[in-house]
Amino acid sequence: MPPFGLAAAARLDGATRPGGAPYLRVQEVGKRFGAFVALERVNLDVAEGEFVTFLGPSGCGKTTLLRGIAGLDPPTSGRILQAGRDITRLPPAERDFGIVFQSYALFPNLTVAQNVAYGLRGPQWPKPRMRERVAELLSIVGLADQGAKYPAQLSGGQQQRVALARALANEPGLLLLDEPLSALDAIVRQHLRQEIRSLQQRLGVTTIMVTHDQEEAMGVSDRIVVMSGGRIEQIGTPAEIYARPASPFVAAFIGHSSRFEAVVDSPAGMIVAGGHRLAAEAARPLLFGTRVTAFIRPEHVRLDRPEAAPPGALPVRVTGIEFLGAVCRLALEAGPLRLLAAAAPDAFAALGAEPGAALAATLPAERVMVFPEDV
Amino acid sequence: MSETPAPARARLSFDARMMRAGLLFAAGFLALFFVLPLATLLLRAFGTPEGGFAGLENFRIYATTPALLTAAWNSVWTAALTVVIVVPAAFAYAYALTRSRIPFKPFFRAVMLVPLLAPSLLPALALIYLFGNQGMLRELLFGHSVYGPIGIVMAQVFYCFPPAALILSVALSTADARLYEAAQALRAGHARIFLTVTLPVARYGLVSAAVVVFTLVVTDFGIPKVIGGQFPVLATDVYKQVVGQQNFNMGAVVGLVLLVPAVLAFVLDRWAARQRAATMSGRAVPLVPKPRAARDCPLLLLSSLMAGLLLGLIGVAAWGSLVRFWPYNLSLTLDNYDFGRFDTAGWGALWVSVRMAAATAVIGTAIIFVVAYVLERGPQQGRLAGMVRMAATAPLAVPGLVLGLAYIVFFNHPANPLGWLYGSMAILVLNSIVHFYTVGHLTAVTAIRQLDPEFESVGASLRVPQLITFGRVTVPMCLPAMLEIAIYLFVSAMTTVSAVIFLYGPDTKPASVAAVHMDEAGQASVASAMAVAILAVTSAAKLAQLALGAVLGRFTQAWRGGR
Repeated sequence: MPPFGLAAAARLDGATRPGGAPYLRVQEVGKRFGAFVALERVNLDVAEGEFVTFLGPSGCGKTTLLRGIAGLDPPTSGRILQAGRDITRLPPAERDFGIVFQSYALFPNLTVAQNVAYGLRGPQWPKPRMRERVAELLSIVGLADQGAKYPAQLSGGQQQRVALARALANEPGLLLLDEPLSALDAIVRQHLRQEIRSLQQRLGVTTIMVTHDQEEAMGVSDRIVVMSGGRIEQIGTPAEIYARPASPFVAAFIGHSSRFEAVVDSPAGMIVAGGHRLAAEAARPLLFGTRVTAFIRPEHVRLDRPEAAPPGALPVRVTGIEFLGAVCRLALEAGPLRLLAAAAPDAFAALGAEPGAALAATLPAERVMVFPEDV
Repeated sequence: MSETPAPARARLSFDARMMRAGLLFAAGFLALFFVLPLATLLLRAFGTPEGGFAGLENFRIYATTPALLTAAWNSVWTAALTVVIVVPAAFAYAYALTRSRIPFKPFFRAVMLVPLLAPSLLPALALIYLFGNQGMLRELLFGHSVYGPIGIVMAQVFYCFPPAALILSVALSTADARLYEAAQALRAGHARIFLTVTLPVARYGLVSAAVVVFTLVVTDFGIPKVIGGQFPVLATDVYKQVVGQQNFNMGAVVGLVLLVPAVLAFVLDRWAARQRAATMSGRAVPLVPKPRAARDCPLLLLSSLMAGLLLGLIGVAAWGSLVRFWPYNLSLTLDNYDFGRFDTAGWGALWVSVRMAAATAVIGTAIIFVVAYVLERGPQQGRLAGMVRMAATAPLAVPGLVLGLAYIVFFNHPANPLGWLYGSMAILVLNSIVHFYTVGHLTAVTAIRQLDPEFESVGASLRVPQLITFGRVTVPMCLPAMLEIAIYLFVSAMTTVSAVIFLYGPDTKPASVAAVHMDEAGQASVASAMAVAILAVTSAAKLAQLALGAVLGRFTQAWRGGR
C-alpha cells in the first residue's frame, strides 16, 4: 500500500523516531464526573506503530481514557501529548486520529462510499482523487464492490469494515477502536480481530483498542494496559501480564486461577495456607508472618496418583469435573483450600480422576504467585 | 519540530461556538416570547389598573365575588364529568384497536383522529343544530336546554376523544406477550388477565389520559363560548374580563387561576410518563391478539358506534352549513360560504389563517428542531441548558387563553420596544409557535435520541464541522419527524381560537376567530361553514402529510430497510 507506506515513513522522519520520544504520552491524566473519579493519575507512553489495548471490566475507566485521548471528553487534569504536541485541550476536530465506535456510527442515509468519503473534503481532496482514495480503502477492507450499498444492507462484519475504512481515510496518525468487535457474533469476531491486526501492521498506524474481552486483547496487542477502578493496574506484553501479574487484580482478571489466603513462613520461600506448607519462590523476599494472597493457574497444578505422590504434594479430593473439549477442568479440595486443575482429558482419565477420587496435587514453587496484602 | 506551549485554557472550537450560539438563541427566544410575557402577566395580577401595586387585593376581590367562584366550580365539575365519560369510551376504543381482531382498524384509527382537525367550536355548532332551540332532536333532552353544562360536556366529549384515545392506544400497544402466556399457563381467566395484566400496564396511560382531558376541558374556550349560554366557566370569564370589561388585572387573576389546574395536570402527567417509562422492558415480545368472537363482536359494535358519532357530528355541522334555513328549509345552498356577505374580510379570514399556519409550521419546525438538537447534542452541563430544557417543556402547561393574555400585557406595554408586533401577523405566528411548542419539541427530541450519539464524534474525528454533519445526516434522518411537527403546528394554528382571539389585528383576523364572531352575531350556519372550511384545509394538510410521508418512505427505503 504505497500511500500508507509513505505516510508512515513521513511520520518516522518527524519528531518521533523509534527509540526517541513516544508517539503518544499520557501524563497524570485524571477525570472526574462530579464526585465520581473515573480516572486517577494515569500515565502511559505509546510508541509509534504500536498496538495497545486497554483491558478491564466495565466501569474501569478504559473508555473514559480513550475518549480523553480523542478529545470527546477532555480530562480534568493531566496532559496528553501526541507527536510532541500538547493536545489535552484541543477539540477533536483539531486532532489527528480516526475512531471506530462499538456501534460503528455509520451514517445510515449515506452509501458505503459516501461514508468512507465523509472526511475527504476541502481543496486537498478534488473529486477524482477522493474517488480513487475511496476505492482504494474499500479494496483494502475487502468491500470493493459494495460502495453503492447503504449500511443497513450490509452484515455486521461488513459494517465494521466500513467504519474502519472511514476512520483510516484521512491517514490519521492514531487509530482508536472503542470495543470495535463486541457487537459481532463469536466467529466473525475472531476472524475480524486478526484482520484488524494485520491491517494495522501493514499500515503501521499507532492503534489503541478498548475491550473487555481478554482473549481479544491477548490475541492482537503488542502491549496490554490492564485497568481497574480508574487506575492502571499493569502495562505489559500479553505474555508478561499472564505470567507475571503485577497485582492480585491482574492475576484474578487475566486467565483462570485459584486464589487462596496464606501467611509467609520460615525458612524463606515457604508459605502456609489452610494448614499446608507450600514452597513459593515469590515469597522469598517477604518477611515472616506477612499475610499474602496467593494464586496458581489451573494448568500449573500437577496431579499424581496418591501412591506416586512426590514429596511436598497436597492430598486432594476431586469435587467436580468440567469437560471443555480440548481440556478438562477439575475442582479440587485440600482441607479448606479450593483449587482448579486443567489438563487434557486423557491425562485425567489415566489418573482415574472422577468425583470423590483422592489425588496428590503439586504446586510448583516457581508458579505460585504471591501478593502481600495491603495494610 | 518544537513543542508547542500548552494552551492555558480550553479553547472553544468552531463547533462549540456554534452550539453556544444556538443555546443562546434558544434561551433568548423562549425568554422573550414565553417567560417574560408570563412574568408580566403575573405582575399584572398584583397590580392596580393605574399601574400601582395592589398586593393581594385582586385575589381578595376574586375570592369574594360569588360569580367568579361559581365559574371556577363549573369548570371543575364539567371537566370531571367529561373525564368520567371520555376515558372509559376512549379506553374501549383503544382496546379494540390494539388488543382485538376487529376488521377495518386503519379506518377506525383515522376516524379517531378526525376531531383533531376541526376547531373546537365545530362540535358545539353541530350539537346546537341537533339539540338547540330549533334542534331536530330537542325532545331527547326532555326539556333541558343544550345551552349550558349539557352541551358543554357533550361537545367536550367529542373534542377530547382523540387525545385520550391516542394516549391509551399507545399505552395499550406496548404489551409483553410473555406476561399473557405466563398468566394463561397459570390458568387465569380472561377477566382475571384483564384485571391483573392489562389494566396495570395501562394505568399510567389512564392517569395521563384523565389529566390531559381535564386540562383540555378547563382551558378550552371555543366550546363554552358557543354552547355555554349563560353558564359561566373560567375560560369565558377571562374573555369577559379582558375583552368585555377591559379589566386586565382581574383577567390576569382569572388567568392565573386557570393556570393552576393546568400546571397540576402537567406535573401529574410528567410523573405518569416517568413511571410508564420505568415499567417498560426493552426486550418485550409484542403481543399479537388472537381472534375471539366474545370480545371482538362487542368491541366492533362499540367502535362503530363511536366512529359513527364522531363522523355524524361532523356531518351534521357540514350539512347545517349547506342548508338554506335550519331546520325549516333544508334545501341545499352554498350561500353560507359567501363569507363576504357576513364579514368584511370574507374568505380573506381563511387566507389569513392559512398564511399564519403555514408560517407557524415552517418557522416553528425550524426553531423547534434546532433548539432540540442544541439541547440534545450540545454541552449537557450548565445551568442555561437546564433552564432552556425546562422552558421548552413548560408551554404545554400554559392554556392558550393565558398565553394570549400574557402577550397582550407584555407586548401592549408602552415601555416594550417590541410593541409594534402587537396586532401583526408576526405576533400571531410567534404566539402559535410557543403555544404548541412542547409537543413539537418532544417529537424532535425523540427523533434525535434515536440517532447514534456518536455521529457528531465521528464527524469531529474526521474534521468535518458539526454544521455539515447536522445538514448531511441529522436533518435527512429526522425528516419524517420534522414533517410531523410541521403538520401538527399547521393544524393546531389553523384550529386554535383561545390564544389568538386576543392578538389579531384589523387585517389579521384568523378564520377560527371569525367563526366565533359569526356565531356571536347569530350566524350559526355561517360559523359552521367557516369551521367546515377550516376542517377542509387541515384535512388536506393531513392528506398531504400522508402522501409526502409515503414518497419520503419510498425514497429512503434503501437505507432504512433491512438487508
